[in-house]
Formats: sequence, C-alpha cells, structure tokens
Amino acid sequence: MNRNRKTDQLLGVLVKGCAILAGTLLLLVILYLVHESLPLLRTTGAGRLLTDSAWRPTSGQFGLWPMIAGTLTVTAGALLLATPIGLLSALFCRCYAPRPLGKLLRRILELLAGLPSVVYGFWGLVVLVPLIARIRPPGASVLAGILVVAIMVLPTIALLVDAALESVPADYSRGAAALGMTRWGALRGVILPAASSGIFTAVLLATARALGETMAALMVCGNVVRTPESLLDPVRTLTANIALEMAYAMDLHRSSLFATGLLLALIVTGLVALAEVLSPEGIDA
Amino acid sequence: MNENIAQTNPRHGLLLALGLLSLLVASCGQSRVTSQSANRLTLTGSSTVAPLATEIARRYEDQHPGVRIDVQTGGSARGIADARSGVADIGMVSRDLKTSESDLLAFTIAGDGIALIVNRANPVTELSDEQVVAIYRGQIRNWSHVGGEDRTITVVNKAEGRSTLELFLSHFGLENSEIRADVVIGDNEQGVKTVAGLPGALGYVSIGTAETDAARGVSIRLLPMGGVEASVSSLQQGRFPLSRRLNLVSSLPPEGLAKSFIDFARSAEVADLVAGLAFVPIRP
Repeated sequence: MNRNRKTDQLLGVLVKGCAILAGTLLLLVILYLVHESLPLLRTTGAGRLLTDSAWRPTSGQFGLWPMIAGTLTVTAGALLLATPIGLLSALFCRCYAPRPLGKLLRRILELLAGLPSVVYGFWGLVVLVPLIARIRPPGASVLAGILVVAIMVLPTIALLVDAALESVPADYSRGAAALGMTRWGALRGVILPAASSGIFTAVLLATARALGETMAALMVCGNVVRTPESLLDPVRTLTANIALEMAYAMDLHRSSLFATGLLLALIVTGLVALAEVLSPEGIDA
Repeated sequence: MNENIAQTNPRHGLLLALGLLSLLVASCGQSRVTSQSANRLTLTGSSTVAPLATEIARRYEDQHPGVRIDVQTGGSARGIADARSGVADIGMVSRDLKTSESDLLAFTIAGDGIALIVNRANPVTELSDEQVVAIYRGQIRNWSHVGGEDRTITVVNKAEGRSTLELFLSHFGLENSEIRADVVIGDNEQGVKTVAGLPGALGYVSIGTAETDAARGVSIRLLPMGGVEASVSSLQQGRFPLSRRLNLVSSLPPEGLAKSFIDFARSAEVADLVAGLAFVPIRP
C-alpha cells in the first residue's frame, strides 16, 4: 500500500512536470517570437504592420495587410469546401456505408491525412496550376490555394467527425430507431446534436491546419503580395512569406518575418478563444 | 488519491520552467567572439557567399581537428570593412573588387550566374535587354510583341532578399518595386517547375540548376543573353554577361591557417559543395 502510494506520488510529479513542460514550450516560443520581433516593433510600431501600403522589407515598408487577407481568404475558402464534404463523408462512413466499405474509406482518409504537405503542393504545382492557367494565367492563385488546402484538411475533418460519431453511445440510435424515427431523422435530431462538440473541434483543428499550411500554399498560391480581387489572382499567405524570405533575411527584414509569425500566432490564439466562447460545451477532442 | 496528486510539490514544476527560461536567456545573450588565435578563423560578409563558405568550413574542420571557423553574414560591404579593419580574418564579397578597394586581395572561389528561362513550347529564342526590362516592368504583356505567339506573359520573379534577385535587378538596372510579377518563387527548383508548367512564363534561375534540369528533359529552355549561350561553360570562360564572381578577400597576403583555408576553398575537393549550391566551380 505504502509502495503504491509512493509510486502514485512519483507519477503525480512526472505527469505534472510533463504538462508544465508542454505549456512552457508554448510560452518559450511566443517569448522568442516577441524577442525577435522587438527590433522592428521598436522602430516602426505595430500599427505600421497593418497600415503600410506595401511589403518592401528591404526598403523599410512592412505592410502585412495583403497577406493577412490572403491567409484568411484561402483558409475560409478551404473550410467552406472541406467542411460539408468532410462531414457528409464521415456520415456516410459511419451511418450509411456497409461495414467493410466504411472501413476501407476510413483507411483511405487516414492515408490522405498522413501524406506530407509538400506532396500536395507538388501535385498542385504540376497538375492544378497549369489547368487553372488555361482559364487565365498565371494559374498560381487563390483558387489553387483553396483547392489544395481543402484537399489537405478534408481528411482531418472527416476523421475527427467520424470519431465524434463513433463516440455517440449506440443506445441513442437504438432508442431513436425504437421510437420509429427515420435514419435521417435520428441523425438530425439525436446523433448530430450529441456529436456536435466533436464536430466543432474537428472544424477548429482543420482551421488551424489551414491557417498554418506553408509548403503547399507556397507552391501553388503565386506569392505576389497584393490583396486579391478575384479567385484567379495570385496571393501570398503569412506562412509562405516566412518560408520564402527567412533564409536570406537580415536585420529589420528578419525581424519583420518574426513579427509575421507572431501575428499568425495571435490569429490562431484569437480563433481558439473565439471557439471557446462560441462552443456551448467547451472544446474537447 | 486525487488530492495527493494535486498536492505534490509545485516547486518541481516551477524549477523546470525556470531552467527552461534560463536556457532561452542564455541563447539570446550569446555574444560574438572574434579571436585571432592560431586555430580560429573568422569570415564575415556576403550572405550569398556565406552558405558556401559555411559548408566549406565544415569540411575543412572535419579534416583539421581542433580548427574552428566562424562564418557570419552582414553583406559584401561588411566583408570589405571587416577584412580591412582586421575584425575578420577573411571577408566574403559577392562581386569583383572595385578600384577603390585595390588595397585588398581577392580570391575567387566560385561563379554565380543566372539564366532567363521560358517554357519549351515557347517559340521565342532570344530577348533583348530592353525587352526583358519592359516585360518585367509590365509594359509588354503579350509574347506576340516580342515575336512569339499571342499568349499572355506570366512574369516569374524571386522573393525579396534572394541573391539571384539582387543580381538580376542590378544587371538590368531595375528596382524590385517596379516589377509587376505574376508569380513569386523561392528556390530555383520551384522556379523551374513553375515555368515548365506554364507555356507563357518567363523566369530566371541559377544557371547551374537550369542547365541540369533542361538536360534532364524538364520542359524549359534557356535563353541566350546578349548573343552568348547560357551555359555553365560560357560562364566559366567569363563570356556570360549575367554573372558575378564570389570572392574571399584579405588585406594582407594570407598566411598559415587563412592561406590553407583559401587554398582548400579553391581546390577541386570542394567542387561538389559549389555545385550543390547551384554555383559554378571556377577553373584556376
């Protein structure tokens, strides 16, 4: 008994240490971003990041607005496409498909989720971009970005929604069937509401993945710093900005790229906070 | 039991956090050390030369245990200034020395050149400098104006800060702010893939990359510059106009470790490193 208690205490310390380590790491990353952005924020102030008319970091102009617009457009577009498809394919896998077929589809989705993003980006660059260029050059555009990112987050949404549906107790659907509800009626009235928190989390994680997508966006979006006016215009995302320029950036230019990262971290934090407020039951995966 | 867990000493976690924080502080406060001791060598200067110098330095260190070589960037101007003042043993400069800098000695370690590339399906075989400038400024927007098919030109430019962009701009007398780009790319391979996928594209990449990819059957074609064929060999013969030399500079005739390192950097032993970074080995 005594020994058990000791083990328990030890485990308590260990678990606590790990949790604090995870939290501290995030804190350290944010601190480092702030530390590296400071030279820029001190010289120009944070406001100019939003108000400068252009992004010419080597000649002292640091306007990030077109890239914020680019990131938000690509993310929103990708989610609008991927959420309904992901949700419905999860419903099919879990509730409509014969068991073996559902299982097969799930394996395929898992495979898709595991492919590295550079593979999607490469496919987009070699196949999708030339196709879109036939409609209007250059082809590397908001549309290409939305399509590639949507394909990338689709499995995330589908798998997480599928897991949420799976965790709904089987008694619920049996009860609904016993009440004589149709399959769709049971889904809409009982199962989807019971899984809503999980579905919400799925969309949230997909949003975070879309916001953070770097390689694929860099390869297919065109990377021109201009607020896009149509779906066929090229666009640069915040992540692509960092990846494109970090290798050769110095001084304030480098600092402005860290500020870009800080801004991205703030956007994600804001998103999670917003989700916490909007979600009725809080977030849990 | 649960209470027990909750009551475990909070100091453990705090200590851990403090430890991590101190690590961060230590890494931020790292100072630059320049030492003139016999086993240390400091190189400063061009950010174009720095990646190559760093790789050469790693290989040199492997072959000469105990030697430590620091490579710091800061632009060619810093390379010149530090070599003069003796702050660095060797400066890195991504151009030839000017006449005002004739007090320094330059040792070329590699050549860097860029080639204009178009899609292989594009019938245009040559562009004059004026045409290139007009296309990049957005004044010419269709290939039919320069003797090609009726097709919109997709202007492919490099991201800010890249040395290829710098060389391109200075050669054509352009400012990056005047360029009307349709696609901005990062590394050379991305440029090649972009141009290979778009029949109307015009781009520029390092000459080594372009030549290798074109020979491998990628759907791109290198355009000659000022009548000179764009190839590694014309660059090595010094005939290709859109090129520059990457130099190590020193204020005194190098001796000891510095001389040994410069000789090593110019030897055939590092030719693979030079080619790996899309530069061109210079035959002495």
